[in-house]
Amino acid sequence: MIPLSHYLALGAVLFALSVVGIFLNRKNVVILLMSIELLLLAVNINFVAFSHFLQDVAGQVFVFFILTVAAAESAIGLAILIVLFRARRTINVEELDSLKG
Amino acid sequence: MTFLQFAFYCFAAVLVFAAAGVVTVRNPVKAALFLVLAFFSAACVWITLEAEFLAIVLVLVYVGAVMVLFLFVVMMLDIDLAELRAGFARYLPVGSVVAVLLVVEIALVLARTFSPERFANPPPQAAGHSNTRELGEQLYTVYIYPFEIAAFILLVAIVAAIALTMRARQRPDAKRIDPAAQVRTRREQRLRIVQMKPQRRPGARASESPGSPESPQHPDAPQPESPSPSSPPSQSTESSPS
Repeated sequence: MIPLSHYLALGAVLFALSVVGIFLNRKNVVILLMSIELLLLAVNINFVAFSHFLQDVAGQVFVFFILTVAAAESAIGLAILIVLFRARRTINVEELDSLKG
Repeated sequence: MTFLQFAFYCFAAVLVFAAAGVVTVRNPVKAALFLVLAFFSAACVWITLEAEFLAIVLVLVYVGAVMVLFLFVVMMLDIDLAELRAGFARYLPVGSVVAVLLVVEIALVLARTFSPERFANPPPQAAGHSNTRELGEQLYTVYIYPFEIAAFILLVAIVAAIALTMRARQRPDAKRIDPAAQVRTRREQRLRIVQMKPQRRPGARASESPGSPESPQHPDAPQPESPSPSSPPSQSTESSPS
């Protein structure tokens, strides 16, 4: 059978890849949102793995809620992205400096 | 190596490959398609963990809805890819170092804490076991309030996404109705009560009306309009001059 550590290692590698994605594509907001989705997926893999190995369904319930919030987040994020693109005609993060932050 | 192990390692490899594709590919459309592959492989990995319901939900919600949303947004945006890719090689060393550090740290924790001796594989579920039923029983009893809050979050997301992207009053000649004015309307603005004589159709109930078998179809002059029975109370109160 597959030990728990292999699932956790898979989640860790996925998490690290998403962090690399945030580093590499720091100008493209669309890829940034996709990387965040991958981060949440890596966390969900850990949740499901622990839920299976501890024989507790609460982990899967948590994954359910994480999926809900992630779907809402991506919908609102993409809506904001559309509005941003209409206003500024770009989605480059480095040009979005109108707040002078 | 059993078939389950073979399937898990295959899907894990595809998942890592797809995730690497998402973060490194040049075209955002291809990145979205790689993300679809990643979610699909993750769903297969979850099936090896006996979480069938969540695997199906992942495919339906993510592959079916969120990824289509991503693809639509990518197609709607007219973005300059070359400009967005500038600095890709510059950030690669930093990103790689951070990723390797992250993996090493997590691996240190994993190797010590979550060894197979401490977390043995649970026995497989019985043949008639339903993961959906188990999850639903928890979700509708213990987690009923979080469940409703999740539903409310989805509602807020719908309203927010529409409110953000809707361009109202874009065309001044567009025919639109103020819903508040529709709701505020009263009966007196729509309905007129007319007093008129009773009249009979020619064929109906001839025995009761022997005198006038041929009543006119239309009375030539309807009675003047009655005063409306419930006139709106005048809002303007005559304030006494101070």
